[in-house]
Amino acid sequence: MSVATASRVIEFREALREAMSEEMRNDKRVFLLGEEVAQYDGAYKVSKGMLEEFGPRRIIDTPISESGFSGMAIGAAMRGLRPIVEFMSWSFSLVAADPILNNAAKMLYMSGGQFGCPIVFRGNDGAGGQLASTHSWCVESLYANVPGLKMAIPYDPYDAKGLLKTAIQDDNPVFFLESERLLSTTGHVPEEEYTIPFGKALIRREGRDCTIISFGRPLHFCEEAAAELAKEGIDCEIIDGRTIRPLDIDTMVQSVQKTNACVVVDQSWSFASVGSEIASQIHSICFDELDNFVHRVHSDDVPTPYAQNLEQAYLPNARKICEAVRAATYNA
Amino acid sequence: MINIDTEPPQNSQGSGSRQARSFDSAPLPEKEVLLGWLRQMLLIREFEVRTMQGYQNRLIGGFCHIYIGQEAIAVGTIAAVNPDDPVVLAYRDHGHALARGMDPKYCMAEMFGRIGGCAKGKGGSMHMFDAEHYLYGGHGIVGAQTPLGTGLAFATKYEDEILHDGKSNHVTLCFMGDGALNQGCFYETMNLASLLDIPVIFVVENNRYSMGTSIERGTSMANDLHVKSEAFGIDHAIVDGKNVTELYSQFKPIADWCRKNSRPYFVEAQTYRYKGHSMSDPRKYRTKDEELVEESKDCIAFLTTQLVEEYDVVADAIKQMTHQVKAQVREAVEWAKNSPETPIEELYKDVFTDSWGPFTGTSAPEMLQDRGEA
Repeated sequence: MSVATASRVIEFREALREAMSEEMRNDKRVFLLGEEVAQYDGAYKVSKGMLEEFGPRRIIDTPISESGFSGMAIGAAMRGLRPIVEFMSWSFSLVAADPILNNAAKMLYMSGGQFGCPIVFRGNDGAGGQLASTHSWCVESLYANVPGLKMAIPYDPYDAKGLLKTAIQDDNPVFFLESERLLSTTGHVPEEEYTIPFGKALIRREGRDCTIISFGRPLHFCEEAAAELAKEGIDCEIIDGRTIRPLDIDTMVQSVQKTNACVVVDQSWSFASVGSEIASQIHSICFDELDNFVHRVHSDDVPTPYAQNLEQAYLPNARKICEAVRAATYNA
Repeated sequence: MINIDTEPPQNSQGSGSRQARSFDSAPLPEKEVLLGWLRQMLLIREFEVRTMQGYQNRLIGGFCHIYIGQEAIAVGTIAAVNPDDPVVLAYRDHGHALARGMDPKYCMAEMFGRIGGCAKGKGGSMHMFDAEHYLYGGHGIVGAQTPLGTGLAFATKYEDEILHDGKSNHVTLCFMGDGALNQGCFYETMNLASLLDIPVIFVVENNRYSMGTSIERGTSMANDLHVKSEAFGIDHAIVDGKNVTELYSQFKPIADWCRKNSRPYFVEAQTYRYKGHSMSDPRKYRTKDEELVEESKDCIAFLTTQLVEEYDVVADAIKQMTHQVKAQVREAVEWAKNSPETPIEELYKDVFTDSWGPFTGTSAPEMLQDRGEA
């Protein structure tokens, strides 16, 4: 059953929970650990009820020790278990940078192919809503720089379930970046099991005039912008990359070869970012087909501010995307 | 609905009247086993001598940390656990790899950066892995192996409780230097190991220096390191890291207790690092006199004397063993020299288990293929 024909509508967080629960029923090696995941039902209620079904040996509350419990989960993965590590926020993963980047991502290589690391790190990424600088990290550009890990960013509940199941089944470390602002959004999700392969982008809106490439929550602003621009006669094609590693550059290139214009919307900072990487690749491959250089929309190059008006001005939004598309298509 | 255990684990909470745990010493194994230990210690020392030569001859690059002086710890503790109990190491790891059973030729080839190395030349001196011997690596970042070791032990417990019928009851050895006592993740790890009742033994090889900083200058409570584990409700012991028989006798009951009771332990093995922190260390932070005093209490000399005086081993037999070990290491060096350079195609292998983009999947090292594992 595809998303189009699924009659059931559930929340994003329920889709995540369903993916984890299905995989835990299918494979006893899978377990979940993190802060407040068990008795509290999850800081954001993603794991609600899972303790009751799977018990405290498989749904494990940890102290606030990201470095310790991430490293512990990696050791368990080296032994063949398949942990899911919930970061309440990816912002807190920074104190676990050594285990997740040095150990999870490099273990297979450093051991000459002897010990892999089948593990999923998941949690909220990006600005939540006036959480200020330390709690609003977009880690995708920071971590996508590191070889040896895969990275997925779901945008809707259908993808949340399908991509997370793929992540849990993967034999490699997967960084799974959710958004707190999307957890309560709803969408059609089939009750049966399905997976969505990594490295396959999704064209969320077809259009002729400009390709907009994005991941995760900023796609919402891309859709707003596309609706606005349609009124001006600019027909946008929106591509949801779904995974950053692997990156489906082929689908992006095919779209740009059709539209001859491209805007990349990346909620992380602009310098040495996922956005700059995609722009670079598009420039290299579509050099002759582009009518203009690839325009980029990012968060502003400053720490995330607290004040609501400043935070809104800082994040990618429909206004910024509209301006970028108009510029890229010489409609400014 | 299952009954959810809402009570905190009893073992980790403390009662206000904790006493140090004590055990009866384990009996020593028979003479042949003790001779085997001596052989292992001689092998490690000779291997390290040839490692230093290899480094000086530029066959070995990068950082290289020599284990000479500390051999009794790897040999005595590993002898006290089962061959399939997980072992994880810091970066001063050659000795443990050999004590665990890795053929020295794979260890040397790894340092030479050759395809025959245990990690196909991708890890080097600090990254000795051997899946067949349940050796989960040397690890280069100080203290980083402590949560990994706890995770390995967590996994063995999970295997017993969730995956398999019956109990394999593994205990995991997690080796670390005294310098790792000052890394934050170790304290997070001890807290987790205690809370979750994880059967891992932190073997702290206290060689009194973390790089060039003496323990007194870098570590609070340097003379009472056990207080660090007591804070987490983890039992502790102090053992003489230069006396392999005494170390074994004290360590074996600890390992057995951890295995049976699924609890962590903190064992400080007191020792001395004869050489510098790494090959580039001129050791200006300590005196020659201090080194001579420590080297006079040598672990190999101690066991040799014990075997001769208490077990009627003739000196000639030990001499012969020394020759055999030298020949074995010489062969290992030759084998490593003859192992081809790691081919460039290996660059994109072992990044991921699967093939995509430029990545070409993964393959086992020759070491495991030789054993028919790949």
